[in-house]
Amino acid sequence: MKVLVAVKRVIDYNVKIRVKSDETGVETANVKMSMNPFDEIAVEEGVQMREAGTADELIALSIGPQQAQETIRTALAMGADRGIHIQTDEEIEPLAVAKLMKAIVDKESPDLIIVGKQAIDDDSNQTGQMLAALLDWPQATFASKIEMADGGMTVVREIDGGLETINVNLPAVVTTDLRLNTPRYASLPNIMKAKKKPIDAMSPADLGIDVSPRLTTLKVVDPPKREAGVIVESVEELVDKLRNEAKVIS
Amino acid sequence: MTVLVIADHDNSALKGAVMNTVTAASALGDVHVLIAGKDCNAAAEQAAALTGVGKVLMADADIYAHALAETITPLVLSIAGDYSHILLPATTFGKNAAPRIAALLDTQQLSDISGVVDADTFERPIYAGNAIATVKSADPVKVITVRGTAFDAAQPGESAEISAINDAGDPGLSRFIGTELTKSDRPELTAAKVIISGGRGMQSGDNFVLLEKVADILGAAVGASRAAVDSGFVSNDYQVGQTGKIVAPELYIAVGISGAIQHLAGMKDSKVIVAINKDEEAPIFQIADYGLVADLFTAVPALEAELNK
Repeated sequence: MKVLVAVKRVIDYNVKIRVKSDETGVETANVKMSMNPFDEIAVEEGVQMREAGTADELIALSIGPQQAQETIRTALAMGADRGIHIQTDEEIEPLAVAKLMKAIVDKESPDLIIVGKQAIDDDSNQTGQMLAALLDWPQATFASKIEMADGGMTVVREIDGGLETINVNLPAVVTTDLRLNTPRYASLPNIMKAKKKPIDAMSPADLGIDVSPRLTTLKVVDPPKREAGVIVESVEELVDKLRNEAKVIS
Repeated sequence: MTVLVIADHDNSALKGAVMNTVTAASALGDVHVLIAGKDCNAAAEQAAALTGVGKVLMADADIYAHALAETITPLVLSIAGDYSHILLPATTFGKNAAPRIAALLDTQQLSDISGVVDADTFERPIYAGNAIATVKSADPVKVITVRGTAFDAAQPGESAEISAINDAGDPGLSRFIGTELTKSDRPELTAAKVIISGGRGMQSGDNFVLLEKVADILGAAVGASRAAVDSGFVSNDYQVGQTGKIVAPELYIAVGISGAIQHLAGMKDSKVIVAINKDEEAPIFQIADYGLVADLFTAVPALEAELNK
């Protein structure tokens, strides 16, 4: 089975976001960038399938600027076999990402696509579902467990209030949730080996896909600021404040 | 303009976030609600009674017994032509189905909106709520998911007409097998009015029982920081934060949590925040309404005793 995973380069989850003073976006210059955490889980799942022999090839795809190649290298160091880089300096919206990915799927014919459920920058949570729609494939979103089943796949999904189990035909798109696995750190020898693995680079135009944005960001501002409150001296005072001042408990 | 709200429900009742979604939809035009389900009359009647709802479309068929995105999507596409906006609550149902619908309408979805500026322009949190973007859509049809906590709930009023519509067939791509809903007397994190969460300061999973005792008095959910999850104290579904659950309860009590950015991103929209931490320099105190500098192993049992008084 051939598996395709997609990885996005985002601001590291431990970095404090700073909104630009001209309200055009957030500061990305000189900020630590990493692989989107949910995409790390997608890569790990693919690597585990590769190690178990369920998958015989694992391809890591990224769309973004030149530096997105570093994110692909991370996936290769974790265990992906080869990379595809669709290079663009434009901001690509989820619908356009799904269209670009579909163009790659048409060329590569994977049996399974695994992507993170959302990127922690724009928090859209759309790409996997959109790709499944464009391909007319089933979608197993927010997956916490994947098992191959007769002619298809059984997936446990994180839903509000618990878990749901569904069975989907293959090929399919899976989006990852937190409990699916714990991503590995790449070892130094594997990081060295990853430098020799091939990355195929192309542009959106090479794939014939129109990626013009549909949305215009008018402004980006800080959320309403929270002021620090008071330090209470005792548990009694705390409970009194919660009951009689904040009125949030009875 | 007419706006379609696609309801999340369990056939007998609407999910709470649907009420908030109807309020967001009412700001845009006349509201129709689609109920796709099996024996879903009760949910349809509940929707028809909401203020602002002009009509309920009900598709009652076996194939809609479970809300699979693959079967709901063709049904929505069969009626989408009548609407300027299609809104879903940002529940796991809405998040799953909305992009599938949007892609087939060739429209760029707006996720998790927290404000309606005008018919084309919306506010939405990005970077886990650390920034708010105002975004204008150029697409003729808008597909939107709505953050429930950002809008008031629509209240019952006069009843609207319920009209049955035909099903749109099952594409046969996926099948429902079962659900395993968390059996707990405590509310789920994203729906709880009160949450008490523990961090690395809890020192072990066994110590979470201290929080559970307080939670049981307050009818609260129990959460955890990523540090507590990474330390193996509790499982990942407890996690509040950028990579866990985003919550906004009336009262959030952070116990032994230092206040890492990634945790604050998941809870800073809570109405009232309480922090209990022995380190007075902990960043959590900078956003807490009430801070108590104390050892949690004495403060939490004392809190339990005080609440029981």
